[in-house]
Amino acid sequence: MFQAAAREFAEKEVAPHTEHMDREGVFNHELLDKFFEQGFMAIEVPEAYGGSGGSFFMSILAIEEFSRVDASAGVVVDVQNTLVNNALQRWGTEAQKQAHLPRLARNVLGAYALSEANSGSDAFALETRAREDGDGYVLNGRKLWITNAKEAGLFIVFATINRELGYKGITAFLIERDTPGFSVGKKEDKLGIRASSTCELILEDCRVPKADVLGEVGKGYKVAIETLNEGRIGIGAQMVGVARGALDHAVAYARDRKQFGKPIAEFQGIQFQLARLATEVEAARLMTYNAARLKDAKLPFLKEAAMAKYFCSMVAERVASECLEVYGGYGFTKDYPAEKYLRDAKIGKIYEGTSFMQLQTIAKMILG
Amino acid sequence: MDYGFTEYQTALRDLAREIAEKEIRPVAAEYDREGKFPWPVVKVLAETDLFRVFIDEKYGGITEGSPIFNMCIVTEELSKACGGIALSFAGTALGAIPILLSGSEEQKQRWLPDVAAGKRLAAFALTEPQAGSDAGAVRTTALRDGDHYVLNGAKQWITNGGEAEIYSVIALTNPAKGPRGASCIVVEKGTPGFTFGKKEDKLGIRASATRELIFQDCRVPVENCLGREGTGFITAMRTFDVSRPGVGAQALGIAQGAFDLALEYACTRRQFDAPIGSFQGLRFMLADMAMKIEAARALVYATARYIDTQPKERPTVYAAMSKCFAADVAMSVTVDAVQVFGGYGYMHDYPIEKYMRDAKITQIYEGTNQIQREEISKALINAFHSRRPAVARAA
Repeated sequence: MFQAAAREFAEKEVAPHTEHMDREGVFNHELLDKFFEQGFMAIEVPEAYGGSGGSFFMSILAIEEFSRVDASAGVVVDVQNTLVNNALQRWGTEAQKQAHLPRLARNVLGAYALSEANSGSDAFALETRAREDGDGYVLNGRKLWITNAKEAGLFIVFATINRELGYKGITAFLIERDTPGFSVGKKEDKLGIRASSTCELILEDCRVPKADVLGEVGKGYKVAIETLNEGRIGIGAQMVGVARGALDHAVAYARDRKQFGKPIAEFQGIQFQLARLATEVEAARLMTYNAARLKDAKLPFLKEAAMAKYFCSMVAERVASECLEVYGGYGFTKDYPAEKYLRDAKIGKIYEGTSFMQLQTIAKMILG
Repeated sequence: MDYGFTEYQTALRDLAREIAEKEIRPVAAEYDREGKFPWPVVKVLAETDLFRVFIDEKYGGITEGSPIFNMCIVTEELSKACGGIALSFAGTALGAIPILLSGSEEQKQRWLPDVAAGKRLAAFALTEPQAGSDAGAVRTTALRDGDHYVLNGAKQWITNGGEAEIYSVIALTNPAKGPRGASCIVVEKGTPGFTFGKKEDKLGIRASATRELIFQDCRVPVENCLGREGTGFITAMRTFDVSRPGVGAQALGIAQGAFDLALEYACTRRQFDAPIGSFQGLRFMLADMAMKIEAARALVYATARYIDTQPKERPTVYAAMSKCFAADVAMSVTVDAVQVFGGYGYMHDYPIEKYMRDAKITQIYEGTNQIQREEISKALINAFHSRRPAVARAA
């Protein structure tokens, strides 16, 4: 039922904006408001904190259905639910939860800031410094490629209290957008997911009270890792949605487009191609659902989550690329949706840990 | 690797490479972003005689006996810097090939010297909205009226459309006979009744013009028909037989260009206190990319050489194979090249995502890769049934 509602919302409310938002590279504010109104921005947040009181699996279904019509809509919802809300629920103090979760459910977008120019895959080599000063910390540094940053009101920022401590110096901070010394910098011009903002964050003597440390000082790496472990399932769902959307369009086109006196769907070459892609999408979907169910059941899911992200992003890239070919020349033009799916799909193998990083995680899990 | 280039081919490669580096690479991002036609580069290509390399000496060209290989070498080198800008060159070759193959002596004298000098660009016009893979379904007519043909209809997605001055157009001179009633007719820009429609907004090769051609009672002298009436599709198919390795060469250049950038990035970007190129997972990806590129190059070069040295053989199967294989390699290599760049690869500030956008078209145009596979398998099966060798032996 929830899935049907998400699908209906995606088709009625998101789809009409997809093309325009991609071209302009701006997320529609009214659409964002509707996400909040419909409870999609706090799916797992308990009702006591103003959320919808749902499961992780429901977040996954929503991300998938939104991504099927627009991967940018999918990632906006994904970051809020699987990264920001989850990090707060797991690591936040009662005071932090009460202060922030109702806002995140009502109308405040969150962002999660880990990457820097010199620390991408090597995330814990981050250089943003947090210097202890009285009852707070003073942060200096820059964060790169932060999803949702243009619209976000609350940021989870990772910084190190001492680089010499290595990963044990990393600490997570909750930072309000209007904090003095904090600013949102350059917005990236990207290949895909163009409606989702990706910006630099600049911290210049940005003072954060100690009460706004999320989790323990020096335990930020745990916040980061454990949140991203779940986040990977979300990206898997996003990529399943992208692949399904590309495939649905290609199937409709193949049935409609006539060449050689019949629909191209009647040629075995096209039939087998679509059949193979549909099978891959089904496998990707089941891997994602399985990982999400393991997570909800509080069973180990780390390996399954990494596998899901790795596999789903590979499938999405291939499906989107081959579906574009089904359209022939039309697929290469911006008049049809196929090329956007390919551009959007490519991010799956890159963010929240590249495919190399997923393989590394999987290798560690199976080799010990 | 020694690719068996002649001295002339080596000089050609070096010249094209220098132009690509000096004239194309610095402006590639700008032309991609703005989707404008690269006239300053075309001027340089003309001044350096590169449009002459695929045209016989008799008509102002300089081929030294290897027009198709020359065309492939130049296309590959230019495509390393920008697959879109390279099309101003390759698209002109495609538009001139029907004249080279089917034109009379007089027709060749009339149009080819200007093409060779780079004074006028050429284009080939076959595709229509309902006639993509099913090229035989074209509807544009060229009905005889005295000593003229009157053209009516529209062509779609024409490379160099609007910019070129010489168009080799496939139109039905005898609609009742369907594809057997098609002819290849040269229409010059400026002919009354010949206008240009919508310019496409595309995923890649954005520096290349892709445009609709519109014919409304456009009168063209009968002398502009290449070969006999009704041979239009034979000309088109023979054109693709020799132009498809050119698409293969474009794909090859895009793949090599992307690989070169990825290799440089892998050697300079540091993560985990080491260049990322020191990690075996990434190194194996680079090795796979390089192997695929060399295999594609071998196939494209062998096909081009075969066309030049065995003009009486039909190179259809090899032409289809080289185009299809190189295009698939380009797509896979460019996607992996973006991966090597990680997050930077996804941003327009870095040049690599453009290679991926440009690569995709090579799987689609001059016959989709599905059509190439159709032609390859059809030829192999027909050959089996007729008990002739499936593909002619390369010399």
